[in-house]
Amino acid sequence: MHFDRRAFAKSVAAAGIAAAFDAKAHFAFAATPDDRRLVVVILRGALDGLAAVPPHGDKDYAEVRGALALPTEGAGAIHDLDGFFGLNPAFTNLKALYDAKQLVVFHNICSPYRDRSHFDGQNVLEAGGTSPHLLQDGWLNRALAPMGLANGDGALAIAQTPPLMLSGKVQTASWMPAVLPAPDELFLDQVRALYAGDAVLKASLSSALALQASAQGAMDDPASTGMQRGKGGAYGDLTPLFQGAGKLLAASGGPRVATLEASGWDTHVTQGAGDGQLARRLTALDTAIEALRAAMGPDVWNKTAVVMATEFGRTVHPNGSGGTDHGTGGAAFLFGGAVAGGSVKAEWVGLGQGALKDGRDQPARTDLRALFKSVLVDQMGVSRAALETRIFPDSASASPIKGLIRV
Amino acid sequence: MSLEGALAVHRFGLGARPGEIEAASRDPKGWLVAQIGTPAEQPVAPDGAAFPGSGVLVRQEQEMIAARRAAKAGDTEAQKNQAGGRLKIFTDEMAGRFQLGFATTRPFAEHLVWFWTNHFTVSTTAGRTLNFAVAFEREAIRPYIADTFENMLLAVASHPAMLVYLNNVASIGPHSRAGERTGKGRNENLGRELMELYSLGVDGGYTQADVIALANILTGWSLDPQASSGFGFFPNRHEPGPQILRGRRYNDDLRSGIQAVRDLAHDPHTARHIATKFATYFIADQPSPQSVVRLETVFNKTGGNLKALAAAAVEDPAAWTPAPAKMRSPVEYVTAGYRLLGLPRGDNAAQQIRAAMGSARNMGEFPMTASSPNGWPLVSDAWTGPDAVLNRIEWAKQVGARMPPDFNAATVADAGMGPLLAPATRTAMARAESQGDALALLIASPEFQRR
Repeated sequence: MHFDRRAFAKSVAAAGIAAAFDAKAHFAFAATPDDRRLVVVILRGALDGLAAVPPHGDKDYAEVRGALALPTEGAGAIHDLDGFFGLNPAFTNLKALYDAKQLVVFHNICSPYRDRSHFDGQNVLEAGGTSPHLLQDGWLNRALAPMGLANGDGALAIAQTPPLMLSGKVQTASWMPAVLPAPDELFLDQVRALYAGDAVLKASLSSALALQASAQGAMDDPASTGMQRGKGGAYGDLTPLFQGAGKLLAASGGPRVATLEASGWDTHVTQGAGDGQLARRLTALDTAIEALRAAMGPDVWNKTAVVMATEFGRTVHPNGSGGTDHGTGGAAFLFGGAVAGGSVKAEWVGLGQGALKDGRDQPARTDLRALFKSVLVDQMGVSRAALETRIFPDSASASPIKGLIRV
Repeated sequence: MSLEGALAVHRFGLGARPGEIEAASRDPKGWLVAQIGTPAEQPVAPDGAAFPGSGVLVRQEQEMIAARRAAKAGDTEAQKNQAGGRLKIFTDEMAGRFQLGFATTRPFAEHLVWFWTNHFTVSTTAGRTLNFAVAFEREAIRPYIADTFENMLLAVASHPAMLVYLNNVASIGPHSRAGERTGKGRNENLGRELMELYSLGVDGGYTQADVIALANILTGWSLDPQASSGFGFFPNRHEPGPQILRGRRYNDDLRSGIQAVRDLAHDPHTARHIATKFATYFIADQPSPQSVVRLETVFNKTGGNLKALAAAAVEDPAAWTPAPAKMRSPVEYVTAGYRLLGLPRGDNAAQQIRAAMGSARNMGEFPMTASSPNGWPLVSDAWTGPDAVLNRIEWAKQVGARMPPDFNAATVADAGMGPLLAPATRTAMARAESQGDALALLIASPEFQRR
């Protein structure tokens, strides 16, 4: 049997989007145009905060980052934010949001988790407990009733099944494009490593990836430069997910809360600086964020706050293989038309050896729960009482940060 | 959990359902042989109903054809309805077949069914076989996995699906009444493949004269809507006069034709041919001569007893090498994945089954759709091309993305692979970015892709 897979994938993808809109009646809890929206983006794999938000003004920055340090001028220069912090050159759309005062950047931030396991770190990030596996449901699900979304379907996971963060007693919807996004480069690298001792699979995989790369080169499509093509789109392309989320959030009667997930941040090996694996991943994320904004349209965007966080940061110094290892503190982002942005918030203690946690990690000086709580209170109208008792138990030390949301 | 238990479940079975390796570990060979003493299970519709027999399907097909004829010429809608009706019969039955693979507690018996169905390939590339293809497996394969090769061969050669697929319905003895009247003649297709592919093998020493003789013997074997089996013998299409097939003389009646098919089953070339394919499928891509001879001897000694054949493969020490010997075909791979995770489950089971069917097709294999009567390849090379490998990795990633939040990939890996889990896979899983990726790495791992 033969069929044109690319054409098929396209038609299925289109049908998937259409089906999602047909399904909007499922969102029994109708949002009015005035309702505020909250989107949480989970970056799985531990994003390197110093690559995403380089503190180029820190006297130790260039030295501690070595080959991973980014230039401050010329081609591929850091987008300066406030003379001290900047954004990775891949973040052109985020820079525009910052300039429009719609982005707040956080640094030296982390959940209460202090060890270095992805699974446990994500559990704490999503469940909202103080240690792994303490709570069985997600903090965002526990926050739905206090937002007035207890009747279900006011929240949407862009996923096959809702992530722990959105799982719990209150029913939520989930949606994915019919053609799932292709594996990211990092995952393919892990598979490649797994095949190192398997002559057959190893040869086939590298040949397949080489073919994809050359096919992509032949297409000469500037929009996807540097990304390998998968069968359902570019490898690691996040745009369909973010765009789909934007459309669904903007639909009348659509959800008010959504989660998005992006993996591919566990850059232990040759993460690269101005170009390379991490830069490509950041570009994909930045492009997808712009697609989310555009898909929402200005009215809905202006009522939206997006919070983007990862389970922990990475080591300050590059490791022996051109990457970085699991760390502690890192970067987080809050953006959207409802955000009072244009600033970087960080309790910065420098990058000197004495400032680092265990002599290797960025320290955690701000609790991520403080950021989450601020958004729940100021953006979504959750009461302080519900916050401390049910949504984030034992979080009194992490007080909401004031002034992050335009009122 | 023992290594032998895991090998039994993965190599002979269809991949581990939760708890299966543990159950098999008590007596791995006994666990396998206990599954194959009786006819294989039959797939059922989602509501538990049995699928209709070929007699019903043949009548149903005639009604479909009549309805289309009754419609005005050029009525493309009627044509489309007919095509859609055929495809629906096939895909609905296939969903039942996939589900049986995911859920069966007799995975070795089911695996034997898959081997025999592919050996006696009926492909829906001939559109008319869509109606009868899965019924072929239900009626000519499943009842006979513990029976004799001659009974299975006869059921195959007289099944409506095979008669349609290899054009025997159009084969008319040139000197028969129908032949004299219409000027139509014999079609050699079934006569040839019955020897070349299904019994003697291409090196089986038959001649073109034998092909013509067997084709003549089979003239008049066709579809009968009045019979509960859907099969009928039509003397007015049957070539008159005796036929000499491989030196034996057969009269021009149905009983003699049946004897001719039975005799093919007992030919020593058949034993060799079947033993070689069986060993290639269950033991290794290039089985040792000893493995083949062992099966051949048992086949000959037991008069082609298929339970004895399968049990002999289980007893072959070469079948218990710890290193996996075979790449899983796409259907085996998807099935092993679903069994690993206990899928389908939840309220959209039907969709999950359809998704698995689509995935197998995307990876390059779908039962009963092979491009020729040779069937799907038995050797690993067929499934390890660059595109195929990438497809599998993408599928693994997608399955990982579907897991519920409380999912623990390491637990699943231990239960599903037991001692077969490679340390490198365990390490990679522990380092994965998420539980979903950890599961994806397990499913993409070299040891899970193989059996």
